Amino acid sequence: MTQNRPWIPYLLILPSVAFLALLFVVPLVQTIWLALSDNGAPSLANAERMVTDINFTRSVRNTFLLTIVVVPVQIAIALAMGAMVSKVGRGRETILWIWTIPLGISDLAAGLVWLSILQNTGYFNSLLFSLGVIGRQASWLSYQTPVALFIAIAVAEIWRGTAIVMVIIVAGLNQVPKEFKEAAEIFGAGPWTRFWRITLPLIRPALQSALILRTVLAFEVFAVVYALGGRNFPVLVGEAYNWQNQNQNYSVAAVYAVLIMIISLAATLIYLKALKVDPERLP
Amino acid sequence: MADIVIDRIRKSFGAFQALKEVSLTINDGEFVSLLGPSGCGKTTLLRIIAGLETSTSGDVRIGDRSIIGLAPKDRGLAMVFQNYAVFPHMTVYENVAFGLRMQKADDARVKAQVEKAAGLLHIEPYLDRYPNKLSGGQRQRVAVARALAVEPKVLLMDEPLSNLDALLRLEMRTELKTVLQSAGTTTIYVTHDQTEAMGLSDRIAVMHNGVVEQVGHPVEIYNHPATRFVGGFIGNPPMNFIKVPVSNGQVAAGAEQLAVPDDVGNEIVLGLRGEAVELAPLPQGIEMKVRVAEPMGSHLLLTGSIHDQPVRVILPASETVKSGDTIGLKLDRRRITWLSPESGKSFPAVSA
Repeated sequence: MTQNRPWIPYLLILPSVAFLALLFVVPLVQTIWLALSDNGAPSLANAERMVTDINFTRSVRNTFLLTIVVVPVQIAIALAMGAMVSKVGRGRETILWIWTIPLGISDLAAGLVWLSILQNTGYFNSLLFSLGVIGRQASWLSYQTPVALFIAIAVAEIWRGTAIVMVIIVAGLNQVPKEFKEAAEIFGAGPWTRFWRITLPLIRPALQSALILRTVLAFEVFAVVYALGGRNFPVLVGEAYNWQNQNQNYSVAAVYAVLIMIISLAATLIYLKALKVDPERLP
Repeated sequence: MADIVIDRIRKSFGAFQALKEVSLTINDGEFVSLLGPSGCGKTTLLRIIAGLETSTSGDVRIGDRSIIGLAPKDRGLAMVFQNYAVFPHMTVYENVAFGLRMQKADDARVKAQVEKAAGLLHIEPYLDRYPNKLSGGQRQRVAVARALAVEPKVLLMDEPLSNLDALLRLEMRTELKTVLQSAGTTTIYVTHDQTEAMGLSDRIAVMHNGVVEQVGHPVEIYNHPATRFVGGFIGNPPMNFIKVPVSNGQVAAGAEQLAVPDDVGNEIVLGLRGEAVELAPLPQGIEMKVRVAEPMGSHLLLTGSIHDQPVRVILPASETVKSGDTIGLKLDRRRITWLSPESGKSFPAVSA
């Protein structure tokens, strides 16, 4: 069929390519130009304005700190969840269904849920008060309690974003035939050895996908932070949002956007290199 | 000593009884096949011996030691899986070395053992490769080498040849026999392929619906099946079962009178191997209506009926019988098995 009309596959692909080119590549080029120009001439003025802003260093530090804390915890929890659910026979689907509920909740809604728990009149304080741990409302989310605020945001992010990692990891674990683990067990490998030497190497592709996806998303963290901390905890996307909307300075917002993209690309490249998947060594 | 005693093992999955009191003794150095159709419980039994599955009740002993509560690694056995389960992320060398590494063997011993096992299975040229680059047969060799490298007391094999194509299977079968004979390892081999079991085993345990129907030397099982199931499962074509009337303790087969065991009713089932016959003129021989005659080159396969019951018999290729013929057959009375029509169990052989 297609041998006679080799243009057919291209024709079928064309709409999606055109769509992406129009709505992704064009804005991307525009954004980069917006970031790196001033009054129609190439310039680093916007970048300079960004890095000299008092929130810049804090937002970079906060974003990286959050990513470094949240992503490994999410991977570890997702691995534990995946390992546990693989031992479950009946009710497995229900458990997975419940575990993936956070996937269906928008990040802003997730932030508001945690806000209702952690705000001064929230459930957490009520609980502590009823247990007699605190005598009056404690504040967790203010600028005076940066550590508590960080922990709160991290916990909310972990709660919200682990499900997607878990889905990818469970899919990866399902690809590993149980005989590999059984063979390892027969030949003397204990649970830890089996995990480190058999399971983990065999789910490398899933692990790589999960890490890339989660890390990129972690660098883009915004709504949860905004709901819980407002500007008490500046992050990169939050700063881009502020420059765009509060300060009406689209150019500095564009520099932030480009910076986030560069960081994401760099992280992706690092993962691709560090967790190189050799097709020859897959099942 | 590595005698394996399987003592009244039972296994239920909910209401389903996968194994109903299976007992079996496997002697040191012996090669025993667990043979049966899928769902007969043979793989479940093997996995219980391996420790990958728990039994509902019963005991398994190796030597004098009960292993039922031990972890798989402490049972002193090795296993070859149906899908090989060769680790794709390790080289062939590391695969074969895996068990030894887990035992924390020193490098010199690992190297010696890997080279010995690789030599036995002829996989030395592939030691540095990854399993993905190997064919199914080569991967199976790696799996066997990995098992032999730890010098197990007992080797368990779960349908190891069933993923190979027919020609390779035959080749590997012969090779397995050579390798395992020289290693002298006690082996339990699960298969649904009766030719594999016949060719490889010292003894075969035929399993059906969670029970061992018969244990014995391949030839003994072939010639004198203990049950109708065994006779029908073993042999190609399967054993013929013809229900015949008994009068005065005898069955008429053409002009001949065949003695049957004592205390049977007025009917008995005559179990007859397809090749335990020769052509005889009627009415001396028993009458067979031939529906289809298939010349197979090495022999002539006839499908038809005796006493209106379906049979398949084999005659020498030199005989000229055509589809639609009616022929007379003389039965080899030493190779007849008599079975009870009610229980399907065979009677002890009667002297003619």
